[in-house]
Amino acid sequence: MSIMEYNGGSVVAMVGKDCVAIASDLRLGNQALGISSNFQKIFPITDRIYLGLPGLATDVTTLRERFRFRVNMYTIKEEREIEPETFAHLVSSTLYEHRFGPYFVEPVMAGLSKTPSGGVKPFIAATDLIGCLNFAKDFVVAGTASSKLYGVAEGLWEPDLEAEDLFETISQTLLNAVDRDAYSGWGCIVHVITKDKVVTRTLKGRMD
Amino acid sequence: MSSSSIYSPPGFDFSNQLRNNFMLQKGLPLPKATSTGTTIVGCLFKDGIVLGADTRATEGPIVADKNCEKIHYITESIRCCGAGTAADTEFTTALISSNMEMHALQTGRKPRVVTAMTMLKQMLFRYQGQVGAALVLGGVDATGAHLFTIHPHGSTDKLPYVTMGSGSLAAMAVFESGWKPNMEREDALNLVKLAIAAGIFNDLGSGSNIDACIITANNTEMLRNVEMPNVRVQKERDYKFRRGTTAWKKEDVRKLIVEEQTLLIGGDEMDTS
Repeated sequence: MSIMEYNGGSVVAMVGKDCVAIASDLRLGNQALGISSNFQKIFPITDRIYLGLPGLATDVTTLRERFRFRVNMYTIKEEREIEPETFAHLVSSTLYEHRFGPYFVEPVMAGLSKTPSGGVKPFIAATDLIGCLNFAKDFVVAGTASSKLYGVAEGLWEPDLEAEDLFETISQTLLNAVDRDAYSGWGCIVHVITKDKVVTRTLKGRMD
Repeated sequence: MSSSSIYSPPGFDFSNQLRNNFMLQKGLPLPKATSTGTTIVGCLFKDGIVLGADTRATEGPIVADKNCEKIHYITESIRCCGAGTAADTEFTTALISSNMEMHALQTGRKPRVVTAMTMLKQMLFRYQGQVGAALVLGGVDATGAHLFTIHPHGSTDKLPYVTMGSGSLAAMAVFESGWKPNMEREDALNLVKLAIAAGIFNDLGSGSNIDACIITANNTEMLRNVEMPNVRVQKERDYKFRRGTTAWKKEDVRKLIVEEQTLLIGGDEMDTS
């Protein structure tokens, strides 16, 4: 068993039409033993950026605070909110700094970046545990159910989904992948980010 | 844990090593990092260099990225293909690219390929192979066109045609049978495409599309996805779910401010008399 399976958990993010969605399960385990069914792995970074941190729970908590600190420092120094692309590189370099003693998390980011014309552009990215960035145009997955999520997402995702349709697609992707993973599940949470609002929903799913 | 100071020292942070080694002793193996299974090649032709790469990134048996970029920017007329641990190739080339820019500014000259090669090999040797980057470096400078391979431990080769990565054998077979000195630009590009294609179709660690880069004395042409032999066919039906399929227990809507309007209350101007 790898360290990544110690606490369990999975995150997925998808791109839609002028919107993005990020979703995770809510399980915290101690190997096979379930500890909590309300362990948040997705954290808001700014109004329009959400960060998912599946992996070793101690590092999830440490890194959440670390990123909160570094984003606050950025906001104060630059006197503006951080853009998703910049934040992705901040995550990447923070993890690579620990190349020879890594944090056991595989971050997934979702956000809307501003375009020069005043519109918004969907943005998703994921990194491995030492900070190798993967900018995808469709979806990114991470966590103990990642192999299952790849399969389901590859089948269900399609381009230009509206926010409400994207919610259904990401929810069904996560729900079904997580049911085939022993270390993920125990409830799911989905965030759909659009230009004018963020909708957060807790899903009804299997609790075994 | 690093100190609470906002000024952290540069370089790698080893603070997690004690804990991680302890977990390793407990029999928990280190998880796999993304690696670029990779076919990367380079070939000399009449007036320069052609570099080539596939676009697959793998995580063990899983394809992590179907269209990643493996030809990295060093300077305007020097590029570097990376194989091995993806994060290492990415960060090593970015660091050397930055140092090369500083070096160019310092000396006021166009930097040379050997300079980049020396910087890369010295860095990789310093880390004794722990930074897992296998590179193909190519470019044109004042002294002509140069092509190098750099291994993770810091050894280098200077050859007229080179391949690296898990698909290197397949690609080298193509070069060995097809490479000739003083080739034309088109012939060289075709040979590189063929070599990468051999990697894509015969090596499991390589796949998807072909990237190429043609560097000549006064022009660098980055050909992203020159060939796409593995395009996904249009889905015959969609799997869109009817809205309301997913049952949810709780909803929280956070309204964001899109635009602000300032309304003046009362129209009276300040009495300044």
